[in-house]
Amino acid sequence: MTTASPASPPATGHLRFERVAKRFGAVTAVAEVSLDLAAGEFFCLLGPSGCGKSTLLRMLAGFEEPSAGRILLDGQDLAGTPPHRRPVNMMFQSYALFPHMSVAGNVAYGLRQAGMPAAERDARVAEMLRLVRMEEYAGRRPDRLSGGQRQRVALARALARRPRVLLLDEPLGALDRSLREATQGELRALQRRLGTTFVVVTHDPAEAMTLADRIGVMEGGRLVQVGRADALYERPASRFVAGLLGDATLIPGTLGAGGAGERRALDTALGRLEGFDAHGAGPEGAPGLLVLRPERLAPRPDGELPGTVLDATYLGDRVMLRVATAAGPVLRAAVPAGGAVPEPGAALRLGYAPEAAALVPEGPVSAGAPA
Amino acid sequence: MTALAERLRQVAGPVLAFGWLAAFFGLPFAIVLKISLSDPATALPPYTPVLDWEAGIAGWANLLAALDFENYRTLVRDPLYLDAALTSLAVAAGGTALLAVIGYPIAYAMARAARRWQPLLVALMVVPFWTSFLIRVYAWIAILKGDGFLNRALLALGLIDQPLAILNSPAAVMVGVVYAYLPFMVLPLYAALERLDRGLIEAARDLGASRLGAFLSITLPLSLPGLVAGALLCFIPIVGEFIIPDLLGGADTLMLGRVLWSEFFSNRDWPLASAVAMAMLLLVALPVVLFREAEARRLEREP
Repeated sequence: MTTASPASPPATGHLRFERVAKRFGAVTAVAEVSLDLAAGEFFCLLGPSGCGKSTLLRMLAGFEEPSAGRILLDGQDLAGTPPHRRPVNMMFQSYALFPHMSVAGNVAYGLRQAGMPAAERDARVAEMLRLVRMEEYAGRRPDRLSGGQRQRVALARALARRPRVLLLDEPLGALDRSLREATQGELRALQRRLGTTFVVVTHDPAEAMTLADRIGVMEGGRLVQVGRADALYERPASRFVAGLLGDATLIPGTLGAGGAGERRALDTALGRLEGFDAHGAGPEGAPGLLVLRPERLAPRPDGELPGTVLDATYLGDRVMLRVATAAGPVLRAAVPAGGAVPEPGAALRLGYAPEAAALVPEGPVSAGAPA
Repeated sequence: MTALAERLRQVAGPVLAFGWLAAFFGLPFAIVLKISLSDPATALPPYTPVLDWEAGIAGWANLLAALDFENYRTLVRDPLYLDAALTSLAVAAGGTALLAVIGYPIAYAMARAARRWQPLLVALMVVPFWTSFLIRVYAWIAILKGDGFLNRALLALGLIDQPLAILNSPAAVMVGVVYAYLPFMVLPLYAALERLDRGLIEAARDLGASRLGAFLSITLPLSLPGLVAGALLCFIPIVGEFIIPDLLGGADTLMLGRVLWSEFFSNRDWPLASAVAMAMLLLVALPVVLFREAEARRLEREP
């Protein structure tokens, strides 16, 4: 099921999920997830709410036990180990800071549980607060902090015990947009410096692409594709992944001869088009989809896609064209701003490089819950 | 005009609140205080002096001149009152402690129950209030008496050879107090525990705390306001409790409520009864005021 990109790091056995499943009564939250993370990797689980990504994270933290399969950390099966004995710490979605303790008290909490001597503990707390630039707020209560400050305290608290794996559940979800972007950079830099394995759960594709070394896309409890951001974007394995990571025009058709790793033809209402089949879109004659990213479509005199400009939207760094084709589908093409922009109503031919357009199986928009 | 209306609206709330307090607490308090400083008399009303409204300023002066602290001196001199006060405090403190120990697990279980069951559980906690308090305490007589349900059950089970003499003992008062005041302990505790973010417990567990450790370091301190509210709601009325010690207690459980009752109705000594009432108020108000003071100072200290 897992389709690893060729660019993914080799399996190291640092953190392994082996056919992990979780059922709540008749509901399957996670279905047969197998995954291998390298030590020091920044991994992101991406998917819409209810896709099972948080359940997977909670199984790693020990709040849920898998119904089937194993989770191995450095070769050790985590089954039966309660949350407080796992060398794993979590930064919670709403931060879950203890309201009756100061910032320093929150950060010291885990160290106190570990029985660390007071002097060493104070030093570690100071170090952690310095790491997240919150030294001046050591004595404050969490309710006197801003959202961004709370996020940093939660991070310091989760890192204080020096976990082998840090879990982050929607770490930036509660922050406003500008703060989120600044914090993404900080989080990335911090992870590089510490070398701790980070597993982030998010529903925001842009955040996943900014943060992670590798992304695992989840849908309906399944891990549908794992790979680097560029691999997922350029070579999606399904309609769902193609639509999740960025804008795309999908053109349906019938697959021609060929298989995985080849250029193949697709007979569509716009004629015979070519695309690259990276993961095996299906046998010849099966229905397929051509994924056209807007920035991969360019006006060209010899373009294979003739159409009429519907409108042009200026977006600062680019101009987004909507081009109607005779056979129906409306194409979206991004052209650089500053150049000549065609007027609405003008005839235009769009072209693309077949290697830059992915062929995926014609599936439902969403695979839905697994059986 | 609208500014005036706005101003009136702002003033109306405090005026109403203070008016209410003045009419139903301040005034009765002043009257009881005045009676406690008077002397008993075989008259109607059964105390002197009585304010002579006709005499104006002179009437007030005569009234004030005739007041003294004689009744309070009696309270201090006669060990009966001190005994009753100590018994009341002991029953209230012991009962409140017992209520906390019994009520906490109940409130905790209620707060942890499935969301859809919680309204029902709260309703069940309140249901006993639909029956008269007096009848419910009488029912305990039927349970605790020599040939009551409890003794018969224990005898039938072979746990005891002779009926236990529980009724008319301090133990019976404790049973009655715990039974009657349980909702007052459980409901504030439930409110505090129900508000508690379960994520905090998970965070504590994640950071290395055992179940017990997470409870002691997170759940307990965060439910403390509920525990304090419940304790005050139980402690204060138990100090002045009359029905429970009167019906279930024996001669040795002499509490302030009963002393007050007998001074008032048996001895017809209104001034002394009023003095007892004032002493009781002081007894329960003092801890509350001290607690509030400490709390206010704690909050101020925080940055």
